[in-house]
Amino acid sequence: MKRTVLFGALTIAGLAASAASAATLDDVKARGTLNCGVTTGLVGFAAPDANGVWTGFDVGVCRAVAAAIFGDPTAVEFVPTTGQTRFTALASGEIDLLARNTTWTFSRDTDLKFEFVGVNYYDGQGFMVPKALGVSSAKDLDGATVCIQTGTTTELNLADFFRTNNISYEPVPIETNAEAQQQYLAGACDVYTTDASGLASTRATFEAPDEHVLLPEIISKEPLGPLVRHGDSDWGDIARWTLNALISAEELGVTSANVEELSAAATDNPEVNRLLGTEGELGAMIGLEADWAKNAIMAGGNYGELFEKNIGENTPIGLARGLNAMWTEGGLIYSPPFR
Amino acid sequence: MSDTHAHSASYVRDKMLPEQAPPVTQVGAIKWLRENLFAGPLNSILTLISIYIVYWVVIHIGPWIMNGIWEADNLNGCRAIRNEIYGEGVPAACFAVLTDRWHQLVFGYYPSALYWRPILALLLFGGGLAPILFPNLPRRLYILSASAPLLCIWLLWGGSIWMPISVAVGFFVGYAAFKYLTPVVGSLGGTIAAVLLPILYWLLLAGPLAGGLQDVLPLGIQAVQSRAFGGFLLALVIGLAAIVLSLPLGILLALGRQSDLFIIKTSCVIFIEVIRGVPLIVWLLTAQTLLNYFLPPGTNFDLMLRVIIMVTLFASAYIAEVIRGGLAALPKGQYEAADALGLDYWKAMQLIILPQALKISIPGIVNTFIGLFKDTTLVLFIGLLDSLGVANAIRSTTDWNGIYWELFLFIGVMFFISCFSMGRYSLYLEKKLQREHR
Repeated sequence: MKRTVLFGALTIAGLAASAASAATLDDVKARGTLNCGVTTGLVGFAAPDANGVWTGFDVGVCRAVAAAIFGDPTAVEFVPTTGQTRFTALASGEIDLLARNTTWTFSRDTDLKFEFVGVNYYDGQGFMVPKALGVSSAKDLDGATVCIQTGTTTELNLADFFRTNNISYEPVPIETNAEAQQQYLAGACDVYTTDASGLASTRATFEAPDEHVLLPEIISKEPLGPLVRHGDSDWGDIARWTLNALISAEELGVTSANVEELSAAATDNPEVNRLLGTEGELGAMIGLEADWAKNAIMAGGNYGELFEKNIGENTPIGLARGLNAMWTEGGLIYSPPFR
Repeated sequence: MSDTHAHSASYVRDKMLPEQAPPVTQVGAIKWLRENLFAGPLNSILTLISIYIVYWVVIHIGPWIMNGIWEADNLNGCRAIRNEIYGEGVPAACFAVLTDRWHQLVFGYYPSALYWRPILALLLFGGGLAPILFPNLPRRLYILSASAPLLCIWLLWGGSIWMPISVAVGFFVGYAAFKYLTPVVGSLGGTIAAVLLPILYWLLLAGPLAGGLQDVLPLGIQAVQSRAFGGFLLALVIGLAAIVLSLPLGILLALGRQSDLFIIKTSCVIFIEVIRGVPLIVWLLTAQTLLNYFLPPGTNFDLMLRVIIMVTLFASAYIAEVIRGGLAALPKGQYEAADALGLDYWKAMQLIILPQALKISIPGIVNTFIGLFKDTTLVLFIGLLDSLGVANAIRSTTDWNGIYWELFLFIGVMFFISCFSMGRYSLYLEKKLQREHR
């Protein structure tokens, strides 16, 4: 009984110690670390390595924001969140930024009162089938058995797609991606459907990845991006423009390799100069140091570098840039100008 | 006399026959087999089916384990080694994932240089438990039992040594209040003071006192955040903390439920029924998400602490019912005898009722504890990385994506060892406490 009293006391002490305040940036600076919500583990996007250091594409966004604020990409506390806990964790202030491959939807933006600061990965729902099935289009899947995770938007998308195309299917409900892999390999279903990035990383783990193909159809829009709480636009600006800085850096050819050199003195390109703080006062406008973007880029490289390092074609996941190519190369990745 | 029947019996034995060995079906292994495995047609069929199932399992799992590969950098490396040694398609476990990541499955993300601290804390916990579990040890060891909880907390989370010390002082404050105020203000006042004064002390004085002492004489070890806890360590910390806390709470609840005082009885009944009537996972999600809405924004109320509190409350409701069963099993005469001896309520409980009731309840209590310990894996769903969560995180790296059974096997073995030893201890305790009156 005494012990519970002790915990109660500790609780109230904790309550008193942390006075709430509206300015997230001040809180983060006072704390000395950024609390960044990530998944409990998703291949290529966020996972701890053998030394417990988090790496991945979403993790790269967290590190860039931390670097922009503190100049130190390791000043991040990674908070693993599940699909159920992620939004409350953000709403309650347990985390400052959620970078957990979360789809930007109307209701999440408005009803749940969050602010998506951009899109760092354009995903969409795809299909994977064994090559032996001899199917080259999702429209040939009439009567197929489909492994699908229950209770997700993928389930609804699938129903819509098959109804629109007037073909039938038989769903095999599964709970997790791990279960889906086993079921699919055991032949319990002809088709496995989930986000295309997930399909690619799943296929990469198979003993014979070449015996399975991803069908060309992408049947849904899943723009994944980092998000913050409503109500602190200054903080949202920092996250948004850190992401934009990474994107602009790729567009302007600023990489982690040459950023030191480019930021040493003003270059011929005024936009590079404004981005890297050698010209103008963009950093001060969002309450950060002048070299904030340089630090963010040095943390893990520009957008393209992050992509190539974590999920790109040279990794086992092997995702092509596709929609996530620069707008100059036919993709959707586009940053407003730094001016 | 011997001739009387000479004409009627053609042969009469006049010598003892030497003793013969019993028939081969009635001795040794064959007898045992006949009696136990092939006692009848149905029995024989069942035996054959069972043997076939065992054979089938062994033939499928045996090679997989025996061919296990312990050294590789990633899953594809494992497969390459397997193809080289055994050929393609031969079942071979990839235990290399355990070689690479076992420390995460056991300790989570606890700093590897500090692994000695959880180990020492576990030893201390065992040392503190020893005098309670094995009554023939010297009484002086109770000092260890009393100080073990705070020492364990300090070892696990680190930080300043003054914090646990100043918290411990609170217990002395309570004791002193009880001892010196009771003669002055009576026993009820003394009891209230013994509860209230320490709480006030903890709320108002303990923190500043520890801070001040730390400024004067900085003594401490590296602090470790709750977030670093994971794997089996997390299950142990949550499980053991909840076990230690839920037993006294459960006893109080069980007594409260039997009480004649209306308010105490009703609140205990409501507490037990509400907590028991809702699944643990709901309570955990409540602790994780709902509490966040109720507490003021920006409050950082440690998630692990929330989970420990919830699991403790959950387990205490079950323990209360188990102990109530023990209390109900006691003959009414025991209660009356205690009254007849002129013992007051607490003395009667302490000396007569509870020792017997708890003894009856041991299997149930240990059963609840084992269940509670295994239930700690549910924290996976609220984003704490227990060993199943760590396994999931390990699978999320490109190196080990696609590996399942090796990790589950390891986790299963760890849990089996813990739960089996708890079960064995409960058997030992029951045997030891066996009295003749049954």
